[in-house]
Amino acid sequence: MFGITAYGAYIPRNRLSRAAIADANDWFDASLRGLAKGERSVCNWDEDTITMAVEAAQDCMSLLDANSVGALYLASTTLPFLDRQNSVVVSQALNLGDHLRTMDVSASQRAATSALIAMLEAGGPGKGSAMLVASEHRRSKCGSRAEMLWGDGAAALGVGSEGVIAEYMGCETYVTDFVDHYRGEDSTLDYEWEERWIRDEGYLKSVPLAATRLLEKTGLKAVDIAHFVLASDQAKTPSAVAKALDVTAEAVVDNRIASMGVSGAAHPILMLTAALEAAKPGDLIMLAGFGQGTDVVLFRATEQINERRPKTGFAGALARRRPDENYNRFLSFNNLVERETGKRGELDKQSYLAAMYRKKDLLTGFIGGKCRECSTIQIPKENYCVNPDCGALHSQDDHPMSALPGRVKTWTADRLTFDWNPPAYFGLVEFDGGGRMMMDFTEVEAGSIETGVAVSLHFRIRQFDNQRGFRKYFWKATPSGL
Amino acid sequence: MASGIKDKVVILGMGCSKFGERWDASPADLMVEAFEECLADAGIEKKDIEMGWFGAGIDAYNVGSSALPLSLALRLSNIPVTKVENMCATGTEAFRGAVYAVASGACDIALALGVEKLKDVGYGGLPQRTRGVENDMFWPNLSAPGAFAQLASGYRAKHGIDKTELKRAMAHVSMKSHANGAKNPKAHLRREITEEQAINAPYIAEPIGLYDCCGVSDGSACAIVTTPEIARRLGKTDLVSVKALQLAVSNGDEASFSDWDGSYIKTTRIAAQRAYNEAGIKKPREEISMTEVHDCFSITELVTMEDLQLSDEGKAVHDVLNGDFDAGGRIPCQIDGGLKCFGHPIGASGLRMIYENYLQFQGRAGDRQLSNARLALNHNLGGFPHQNICSISIIGRYE
Repeated sequence: MFGITAYGAYIPRNRLSRAAIADANDWFDASLRGLAKGERSVCNWDEDTITMAVEAAQDCMSLLDANSVGALYLASTTLPFLDRQNSVVVSQALNLGDHLRTMDVSASQRAATSALIAMLEAGGPGKGSAMLVASEHRRSKCGSRAEMLWGDGAAALGVGSEGVIAEYMGCETYVTDFVDHYRGEDSTLDYEWEERWIRDEGYLKSVPLAATRLLEKTGLKAVDIAHFVLASDQAKTPSAVAKALDVTAEAVVDNRIASMGVSGAAHPILMLTAALEAAKPGDLIMLAGFGQGTDVVLFRATEQINERRPKTGFAGALARRRPDENYNRFLSFNNLVERETGKRGELDKQSYLAAMYRKKDLLTGFIGGKCRECSTIQIPKENYCVNPDCGALHSQDDHPMSALPGRVKTWTADRLTFDWNPPAYFGLVEFDGGGRMMMDFTEVEAGSIETGVAVSLHFRIRQFDNQRGFRKYFWKATPSGL
Repeated sequence: MASGIKDKVVILGMGCSKFGERWDASPADLMVEAFEECLADAGIEKKDIEMGWFGAGIDAYNVGSSALPLSLALRLSNIPVTKVENMCATGTEAFRGAVYAVASGACDIALALGVEKLKDVGYGGLPQRTRGVENDMFWPNLSAPGAFAQLASGYRAKHGIDKTELKRAMAHVSMKSHANGAKNPKAHLRREITEEQAINAPYIAEPIGLYDCCGVSDGSACAIVTTPEIARRLGKTDLVSVKALQLAVSNGDEASFSDWDGSYIKTTRIAAQRAYNEAGIKKPREEISMTEVHDCFSITELVTMEDLQLSDEGKAVHDVLNGDFDAGGRIPCQIDGGLKCFGHPIGASGLRMIYENYLQFQGRAGDRQLSNARLALNHNLGGFPHQNICSISIIGRYE
């Protein structure tokens, strides 16, 4: 058997109230008020497509053996680097080793479904497992419909033949150069065409065409589909497409526009994780990806679907939320306003690539050292063992520490230093089993940090080098209860 | 066994500029102001100085690197000058260089001068600066108050002290230094404050508020040192000598290995014990007449009282609130206003502390003169609680 073996999800905790967006913008466009229901997920200042991908992949890997993963595909239209393979950064943060096929897939809202099809068609029993991560940090114009309806998020899937939870039944793609929106090489934001045209000439023609071909090919019936995933920021379109296809209304997977918004190329996979969580053994699942045509894939849930549950999953990620009413902060985090940073923010943040490469095991992998002589765990790994009773030279083996729980020893909330979201929280963290480090905290809510509080580590943006268009990543601590 | 530095070197003269926001003064102006006072006090001529040690902490915003700025500013006669930098211990390091040179016999008369020009950066607090190419990639952007505020979290957790009580003791520390600084004409901050003002000031880094922070100042201080014999030959009486000079530098133990709980400064404990041994001090609480400690933040001064063995562990809050370290207390601390109010031009601070010792021992401290001060301990702490450089000097009457 071959198909989906694992899944994971990540949704940023910050959820911006749509009413706050409408309050700021309906002076210009009164129609926004009609969309001002619920909330949307918003990346923190130190989150992007790469960091969310790492989180979703970690969740997925709670069901996968890291050594079994032979390929990592990263699908997104909002990759932080146009020329630097983003999937490699993700793979190294996950410590997947250096014997791995990696690939970034982009340039369409069906980037993730197309990548998944490529993996499913290339794989098979005995070919090892592969991981797909779809992640999107989508920016949009102030006061736009997109700003109201979109959200940020990521999801991951394991594909292979060990522990299959959803068997691969087949795929089909219908390709057509239908330009509902686009983003050219010199643009940072999308340009969109009329909604009604996109619905009538796009979704309602393209999806049924591909889906019908697949159903004919596999001999399966639309009415038997238990979960129909079609990501769209048009609230009623998936139901209309389902009706046209003869898929039942109950099968249509809710796109969670009200609770998180549509996360672009990541959304089909994120909604698939929601479907997998709800699926019962034997359920037929149809995944559709729309963009310059349509991808459709069919899966059937296996007996293992009930047992193989990731650590957090979609429901867990959606539930982990921090309500936010601050529209200005959202604009600031998304670089949509030119804001005062204070003179401390002006410090040059030159990226020294040779030094960064030298330190990549620490910076990306959070790999410390364990002394062969005295077993002392230490991070950073240095030439001499830090234990004064040992002091052995070059005695440390690599010791990955990103998954280790820790506890806060000392901390503060610093309002003097520059931070994109002051105050800057940081402190000394001690890891279970040994090792300690002075490090940044993130996702801290006032009152949630105290000496002794348990923390987990998260891969985040450490610093932007805006002068040179670079960004640096490192690990930060977050109170485990959040 | 080394015999140590005790009583081998005396101070021939000292000088200190006015500290503060010296908008109109260049680093060279500050150096000259301190040096001219020092030279006149020493009663020698510039050409009598054989070697120099020059301390400045933050080159990028300051005088630039190397010994050149000192030699150029003072038009020294091509004598050997060494630039030293060891964060907030820089001033004491310059002094240590000059003292060791005289003690070794390499020269008879040596100069130590520290200077810092911090108010050219355009904003309050210490300049934001790089910590090195590699460190910048993973160290938090911790500001100085952010680093030291963590002492409070560690101290509270270890001793089970609630935030309000610790904050009140911190406020008392600052209130006391403001009262002292008000009496010092060279001090940067000369206004008295109440504990309530300190408690209610806006947070800079939890739980450090505005009044828990020392002044960030421009200034310079310097010393000319020689042997007791030469000082006497030059007609000096009431000699003030060096009793101990110690330095302890972190090796990564607190930050990466030990069970250090963030409630104290390990290097201060080590340097203090070494300094007491070098000075032959057995009972610091009875023998030390005054201290000038590195009160970069009120919490630092508070835990330093324990690290120097002047308070029992966990009892500094009580002792501070009891007034033990106030001007009229058991062991006055920061009688000149300290870093808190005299100000903290980094490279000058260690020398500024010795300047105050010297004035007190010679009965020249004006309104803040202590009675019968005989032995003073000075303490600097460069870096952060978890990774730092601690210098301690003990200065006393040469008897």
